[in-house]
Amino acid sequence: MAFFTTKGRTFEVSVVISNKPGVREPEGETILHDLVAKSGFEQVESIRAGKYLRVKVVAPDAASAKRLVEKMCNELRIFNPAAHSCEVSIGRVPGQ
Amino acid sequence: MRVAVIRFPGSNCDLDMMAALRTIKGIEPDLVWHEDASLGRRDYGAVILPGGFAFADRLRAGVIAANSPAMAKVRRLADRGVPVLGVCNGFQILVESGLLPGALLRNSTLKFVCEWTHVRVENTRTPFTSGLREGQVLTMPIAHGEGRFFLQRAELERLEKDGLVAFRYCDASGKPTTSSNPTGTLHNIAGVCNEAGNVVGLMPHPERAAEALLSPLGRPDGALVLSSLLVKTGGRRRA
Repeated sequence: MAFFTTKGRTFEVSVVISNKPGVREPEGETILHDLVAKSGFEQVESIRAGKYLRVKVVAPDAASAKRLVEKMCNELRIFNPAAHSCEVSIGRVPGQ
Repeated sequence: MRVAVIRFPGSNCDLDMMAALRTIKGIEPDLVWHEDASLGRRDYGAVILPGGFAFADRLRAGVIAANSPAMAKVRRLADRGVPVLGVCNGFQILVESGLLPGALLRNSTLKFVCEWTHVRVENTRTPFTSGLREGQVLTMPIAHGEGRFFLQRAELERLEKDGLVAFRYCDASGKPTTSSNPTGTLHNIAGVCNEAGNVVGLMPHPERAAEALLSPLGRPDGALVLSSLLVKTGGRRRA
């Protein structure tokens, strides 16, 4: 019943998990080589695929909403720090 | 020796592992549901995490099982020195739980690879390799989509220097060549162990190569991995 008992507003927090620079990302490579580059978009230099989580969280303010999601990502290993980077931001990622 | 084989929702090599363990005299396997309290109560001599797709590999292979209460118990057993083996998805669970280093990323081909491989034994100081020779070439099958072992360069060098690579993909003569690397895994790594040596993970399936009849070469190489548990090495092994 958190909806009724937790004080605050609902914030939407975006989590983007992607391979760190230097870690090969074969899905993006395939999209680039086998779709994009073959279809007349030679200007595109690089594509990196990743995972996107859109999280709704009740918190007193935006900064604490972001902190809570960062804590969740670290404690539950939503990303593997050996290979992934994890970017947490408030609001939807532009274009989503 | 009583051995726990842990079954998560989505495990699918658990019964093969049970069957393989039953062929080894001296090992009594128990199939343990991950929510079963016996994992913390019984005195298991070893724990095996079998292959499959625990929790449907949601989010990332192994990560949800890694956060389960069962893995908290496995961690306590591992800390006490109890041998723990993760095969395929079990290896992914061990990596995601932090019991083993690194990450197992999507194969570089983006394909699920299902084929027989040769692997070279790199380290015989673990409870799952103590019955093998260093440099011995085993034939075991792999079947996975996420088996590309990855560590940042400095950590990978440390892993190699500390001798924590347990198995490496190789050709039939034992050379770790590019063409014998099925997934783009770094340094042809097929399996690693922790610093203490009691936790081992590997992508190939010993249980699918545990009987001569199952192997294209007619060699029960997988049984040699599992029966290593019974090899006595300086009293380190538990009854």
